[in-house]
Amino acid sequence: MIANYGYKDGSGEYFISVDTEKCTGCGDCVEACPYGVFEVVEDPMDPLSDDQVAIVTEAERKKIKYTCGPCKPVSDRPPLPCVAACLEHAISHSW
Amino acid sequence: MAEDTTSKDYWRWTESNWHDPDMDWREGDIISAGVDVGSVSSQTVIMVDGKLYAYSNMRTGSDSPKSAENAMDWALEGTGMTLDDIHYAVGTGYGRVNVPFAKRAITEIACHARGANFMYGPTIKTVLDMGGQDCKAIRVDQKGKVVSFLMNDKCAAGTGRGMEVFADLLGVHITKVGEMSLQVDEEPPMVSSTCVVFAKSEASALLREGWPKEKVLAAYCLAMAHRVVGLLERLGIEEDFAITGGIAKNIGIVSRVEKELGIKALKPSLDTQIAGAIGGALFATALLKKERKKK
Amino acid sequence: MITAGIDVGAKNVKVIIQEDGKILGKGLVLAGLDTQASIKGAVDAALKDADLASDKVEKVFATGAGRKDVPDADDSYTEVGADAAGAIHLYPQARTVIDVGAEEGRAIRVDERGKVVDFAINERCAAGAGAFTEAMARALELPLEELGRLSLTSTKAVPMNAQCAVFAESEVVSLIHAKTEKQDIARAVHDAMATRITSMARRVGVKPDIALIGGVARNPGFVDSLQRDLETEVLIPEDPEYVSAFGAALLAAGLGK
Repeated sequence: MIANYGYKDGSGEYFISVDTEKCTGCGDCVEACPYGVFEVVEDPMDPLSDDQVAIVTEAERKKIKYTCGPCKPVSDRPPLPCVAACLEHAISHSW
Repeated sequence: MAEDTTSKDYWRWTESNWHDPDMDWREGDIISAGVDVGSVSSQTVIMVDGKLYAYSNMRTGSDSPKSAENAMDWALEGTGMTLDDIHYAVGTGYGRVNVPFAKRAITEIACHARGANFMYGPTIKTVLDMGGQDCKAIRVDQKGKVVSFLMNDKCAAGTGRGMEVFADLLGVHITKVGEMSLQVDEEPPMVSSTCVVFAKSEASALLREGWPKEKVLAAYCLAMAHRVVGLLERLGIEEDFAITGGIAKNIGIVSRVEKELGIKALKPSLDTQIAGAIGGALFATALLKKERKKK
Repeated sequence: MITAGIDVGAKNVKVIIQEDGKILGKGLVLAGLDTQASIKGAVDAALKDADLASDKVEKVFATGAGRKDVPDADDSYTEVGADAAGAIHLYPQARTVIDVGAEEGRAIRVDERGKVVDFAINERCAAGAGAFTEAMARALELPLEELGRLSLTSTKAVPMNAQCAVFAESEVVSLIHAKTEKQDIARAVHDAMATRITSMARRVGVKPDIALIGGVARNPGFVDSLQRDLETEVLIPEDPEYVSAFGAALLAAGLGK
């Protein structure tokens, strides 16, 4: 499953996507993110399975544009800590 | 509940409840319930062995647990069933953790996917749920499992709340908006599709310029349709396609979404607002079976 | 050389007439349905204020969202360029310019020579612009000026969860029902908006000094919240809403960077 967390508003589209087929629930992204955007839980979209997956916390979903801002300067953009930490390449950002 | 056309509550829509008089629930092995407490409306669906038995659809009050109880009581009305007869209840929706009698809370995305699969059959692949304060685009497989999704609940554009703002501005009942918006000779240019506040100020200017209400509503319905199509396109659309939620009852939006996508939405056989609660009840059935197997 | 700058904004049309970097006259008219009439009204007001005949103005530059609507402008400039030119003229030491208008927010970083290095814009969403505070003032049934003033008397930070002006209105109503003090709600409104503006500014890198321009700079409640969030003071000119028009006028005279 491709889980897209975030929103679209007048200023643009801000989604963090987690590919749950690739995600192992290891939690490396949770450690890597300086702002606590991720958590690992039982897959909320598949209540009949016990698989652990990374999700974007409920509190951050409506403001990731702002929370992720410091990792995304307008120029000289370094690799994103969460994307770099994920060895399974399960995380991507839309903006 | 009879609609009071003189009321100033332009957001008010018709509440309803139903149960199948031909089904004897006492014969059933598993009685399950799904309770969807949304920001605007709450629904309860009761199923007997995975078959739809009863439902209710009403407004959410200021208190989530009370709203859940009210929706449950109204679904049970006239059935002879009591809350104690229900083996497993699932809460879903915005207020899902506040359903006092639910054994488990499940996210509305999973419930809508599952509910749409029940309502429209296994050929349904793309679901657009337009609720009171959010908009969800969901791709599902033939079993009703989520393949991909996105949800927009940060911004009022493309939600029922945005439509309420316009119903209020124009003094038109929300249930009449869709039809009225189609009473134009040709489609006007749309107002801002990205922000309800900006769309509202544009609409106020158009009204001052002398535009009739129908034309202003058309301009907003177009904007709203454009907005949700943009969300859908992020996921990709595959037929069959269906729209659920309260806005699915608004012909002005549905027809414009269909037109922009170039595909038709499946006609609903059930109240489009109960999709989430149906999914909840189906999960309740499945979870109870799983629990019984373990024992 | 006498020049004019016309800033056709979402809410107001602002005109500045300047000579050698000194403001001779200014005019502001609410942007109505008839844009041409509003532009003419603002130009006439500025000419009257400067006590000048229109033929004395040698060059006219336009800026703002409606800059293409100015019929006899010699040239037009983006808001970012005009903002930077105006703000740097007033504050040569400024390296960051934050402009918060009625319907748009901008953060601009400039180098030592006043050249634009980076900028970020929040447009088409009311949550990061003056429209947000206006909507909240309406929900609180307060005049906008009162909202700003009241905010300063608050002693308690109350979080606001809604990120959308429409949802925030409902949140304000529930805060009122929950008997939250009006001044604390006012501060919550300004704190929420300041957070969004700060994070936009951080994307371009906040370097001191910081100039705050645009109509929202007149709101002391917002300024207070913004300064708390940025952890530093900001420079605010006397007429913050005219800075972009001033910038356009300076650029017309060849005085901008």
